[in-house]
Amino acid sequence: MHSPFTNFAAALVLALSATAFAINVEAAASDPILAGFAESAKASTPGFTGFSAERGKRLFLSKQTSGKPETPSCTTCHGNSPQSRGQTRADKPIEPMALSHTPNRYSDPKKVAKWFRRNCKSVLGRECTALEKGDFITFMATQ
Amino acid sequence: MKPILFALVLLAAGSSVSTAGADERFPPITNKTVLQECGDCHMAFQPQFLPKRSWVKMMAGLSDHFGEDASLDVAQVKEIEAYLTANAADVSRFREGRKMLRRVDSKWTPLRISELPRFRHEHDDRDVKRMLDRLKVKTMAACQACHRGATQGYFDDD
Ligand code: HEC
Ligand code: HEC
Ligand code: HEC
Repeated sequence: MHSPFTNFAAALVLALSATAFAINVEAAASDPILAGFAESAKASTPGFTGFSAERGKRLFLSKQTSGKPETPSCTTCHGNSPQSRGQTRADKPIEPMALSHTPNRYSDPKKVAKWFRRNCKSVLGRECTALEKGDFITFMATQ
Repeated sequence: MKPILFALVLLAAGSSVSTAGADERFPPITNKTVLQECGDCHMAFQPQFLPKRSWVKMMAGLSDHFGEDASLDVAQVKEIEAYLTANAADVSRFREGRKMLRRVDSKWTPLRISELPRFRHEHDDRDVKRMLDRLKVKTMAACQACHRGATQGYFDDD
C-alpha cells in the first residue's frame, strides 16, 4: 500500500514541519523579552506608544562620551553594519547582531540581560533604560 | 586492523612532537563556567599562567576589566575564582606554570600574562613580530591567533 516513495514523502513533510515549528518557537521566544521591556517602558516613559527601530539605530551608531574611553560606541565591537561580524577588543569574532543573520539572538533572557548590563555600562557609563533596550532589539529585528 | 592503524598513527604523531614532551601542554580548562564566562571576549586563559594573587585581584575587579565591564553574578564569581586559584601557577604542580613566575617579584600582582618577564622573553622574537603584522593581531592577548591549539593547551605549535 505505502510505496517507499510515499513513506519518504511523508517523512519529508514531517521533517519540514518540524523545522518550521522550531523556527516559530524561536521567533516567539524573543517576544516575552520584548514584551517585558514594553511593560517597563510603559511604566517609566510618559506617552510611550511603542518601540522605534529608528531610535534603536541611533543608539547603535552613536558615539558616546559618558562611558569608558576604550568603548565609545556599540559599533566599537559590533562593527558598523548589523549584517556583518564584529570583533572584540581581544580579536574574537562576534556574530552579526541582525536577527535575520543570527536567528538565535535576543531569545535567552539571561544572556540579553547580562550583555545589556555590561555593554551599556561600558559604552554609556550607565545601564540602558527599558525603552533603549526595546528600541535596540526592534531595530535589530528589522535588519 | 583498526586498533593497529590507530597505534601507528599515535607512533607517528609521537615522533613528530618528540621535542615537546606531553608535560609541556597546559592542562585544558575543565570547568564549564570558566570556559563560557571567561571565553566570550577572548580565549579562556589557562589558570597556570598567573599566580593565585593575580586571579583573586582580577575577580574582585571585573566591573572594570581592562577598560570593560565584565561583571558576573556573585555565585559565578565564586565558582570561577575557586577554579582559577586552585590551578594557579604557584599552586598547581604543572612545571611550565612555575616557570611563568620566574623574575616575578612576590610583591607584584600582574594582571596580564603578556607582561610577565618569561612571556616577554619568549615573544621577543622576529617570528612573533612578523606574525603580528601578517595576521593583523591587535593584542598579544589574542593567543589563539598565533597558537592554533591554545585552548587545548598547546603553545609550542609554530
Ligand atoms: C567591548 C565590546 C562590546 C561593545 C562596545 C558592545 N558590545 Fe554588545 N556584545 C559584545 C559581546 C562580546 C557579546 C557576546 C557575544 C555574542 O553574543 O555574540 C555581546 C552581546 C550583546 C547582546 C546580546 C545579544 C544576544 O544574542 O542576546 C546585546 C543585546 C548587546 N551586545 C548589545 C549591545 C549594545 C546596545 C551596545 C552599545 C550600547 C553594545 N552591545 C556594545 C561586545 C560588545
Ligand atoms: C566583556 C569582555 C570580557 C570578558 C567577559 C572577560 N574578559 Fe578578560 N579581557 C578583556 C579585554 C578587553 C582584555 C584586554 C585585551 C587587550 O587589550 O589586550 C582582557 C584581558 C584579560 C587578561 C590579560 C591578557 C594578557 O594580556 O595577558 C586576562 C588574564 C583576562 N582577561 C582574564 C579574564 C578572566 C579570568 C575572565 C572571566 C572571569 C575574563 N577575562 C572575562 C575582556 C573580557
Ligand atoms: C603574534 C603571535 C603570538 C601571540 C599573539 C601569542 N604568541 Fe605565544 N608564541 C608565539 C611564537 C611565534 C612563539 C615561539 C617563539 C619561539 O620560537 O621560541 C611563542 C611561544 C609561546 C610559548 C612558549 C612555548 C614553548 O614551549 O616553546 C608560550 C607558553 C606562549 N607562546 C604562550 C602564549 C600565550 C598564553 C599567549 C596569549 C596570552 C600568546 N602566547 C600569544 C607567537 C604568539
